[in-house]
Amino acid sequence: MGEEVKVFGYWASPYSYRAELALKLKGVSYEYINEDIFGNKSDLLLKYNPIHKKVPVLLHNGKPIVESLVILEYIEETWKQNPYLPQDPYDKATARFWIKFIDEKCFPTLWLAAWSPENEREKVTNEACEYLKTLESALNGKKFFGGETIGMVDIVASSVGYFIRVTQEIMGLNLLSADKFPQLFQWSEDFANCSIVKESLPPRDKLLPFVKGLIAKYQQDNAKA
Amino acid sequence: MSKAKLVILDCWVSPFCMRVKIALNEKGLEYEAQAEDLFGGKSELLLSSNPIYKKVPVFLHDGKPLCESIIIVNYIDETWSSPPLLPPCSYGRAQARFWADFIDKKVFDACGNIWRSKGEVPVEAKKEFIEILKQLEEALGDKDYFIGTTFGFVDIILIPLTSWFFALEKIGGFTVEAECPKLSNWMKRCLQRESVAKVVPPPEKVYEFVLMFRKMQGID
Repeated sequence: MGEEVKVFGYWASPYSYRAELALKLKGVSYEYINEDIFGNKSDLLLKYNPIHKKVPVLLHNGKPIVESLVILEYIEETWKQNPYLPQDPYDKATARFWIKFIDEKCFPTLWLAAWSPENEREKVTNEACEYLKTLESALNGKKFFGGETIGMVDIVASSVGYFIRVTQEIMGLNLLSADKFPQLFQWSEDFANCSIVKESLPPRDKLLPFVKGLIAKYQQDNAKA
Repeated sequence: MSKAKLVILDCWVSPFCMRVKIALNEKGLEYEAQAEDLFGGKSELLLSSNPIYKKVPVFLHDGKPLCESIIIVNYIDETWSSPPLLPPCSYGRAQARFWADFIDKKVFDACGNIWRSKGEVPVEAKKEFIEILKQLEEALGDKDYFIGTTFGFVDIILIPLTSWFFALEKIGGFTVEAECPKLSNWMKRCLQRESVAKVVPPPEKVYEFVLMFRKMQGID
């Protein structure tokens, strides 16, 4: 019986990207459906994710799974090849801790630092740097957070390692720099250079104007509020 | 430093700590709960075990620290497999994780919007809170517990937060039972379990704490 795997995503979404990368790492074929999340979300998306109405949604044999981290855990448990979480419960808990740290602290603060008004930027930037320092400590001399190969922490950290780096370029910020965070910087280079990662990342030349537009929108909305 | 193999750095009124203790009780595990004085001064052990967040709960297994309640509950379930807290199939587990994530993202903050209000609780805050509870009630449906017929992961993640509901009802002037009768019955059902009853404090005691905390914060 053939497996039906679909991903409802958005080409520029770091969360959507995670689901796709995880499936690619497992060698699982899937159909990708790009949702117009800023315009008109499809009826199917609203049917499969009625509570949050967001991408990504993973559809496996007709059953929807939503929320990127829930999707990553599901993919890991369903397709056992090329595991990206450690087997040992303590190591697994540690990975989950760093994933939560990235999603709740690192990524949101770094994004905030990108579009914050001038008078607030310094404070947020300092906070973001503290988080980056802490995240770098999790690497602990390893090539990837997962060790020799990409693990779930690396997949999630792509939001920092790629998407935030692109954002920084637009804003002329240099938060994730080689001299301030040498290990983390090297990690982001190594990560982006993996062939399986490279082939699925949204292209820089398309992402740059998109993020520029998004930042302008956030700044505009913030000024109105 | 305690010689106990399983230790939780604890606060009696923290719903997050309650989650861990209920999970340990469900597994029939002996543990030591070390009370932290969150207002007076956090212990050296807490600050060194959880340097990033400096929060309870911290769970120590043979001295190795784990932080963040959902991560700890997962660890307990994976380390001591019987009885299982998560369903056996991947899809059921995904459902459970989804609801745990929903509860963490929505319920605690919505509670805060009520008990932290100065003066009259905004209608929007009460409305939002009830809407969230109704979404949970819909997920529960006519089942005894959130995922199937046995008490498990989602129940453990939610039931401690309900210990604060009485305080919210008093401050907000509404009752959960009137708005969400099925959820209310589920609460009573869970509170009958020994693993839960041993851990969840009486609602009046939580209410007293909330009033004291409001005074401290200059809200009352």
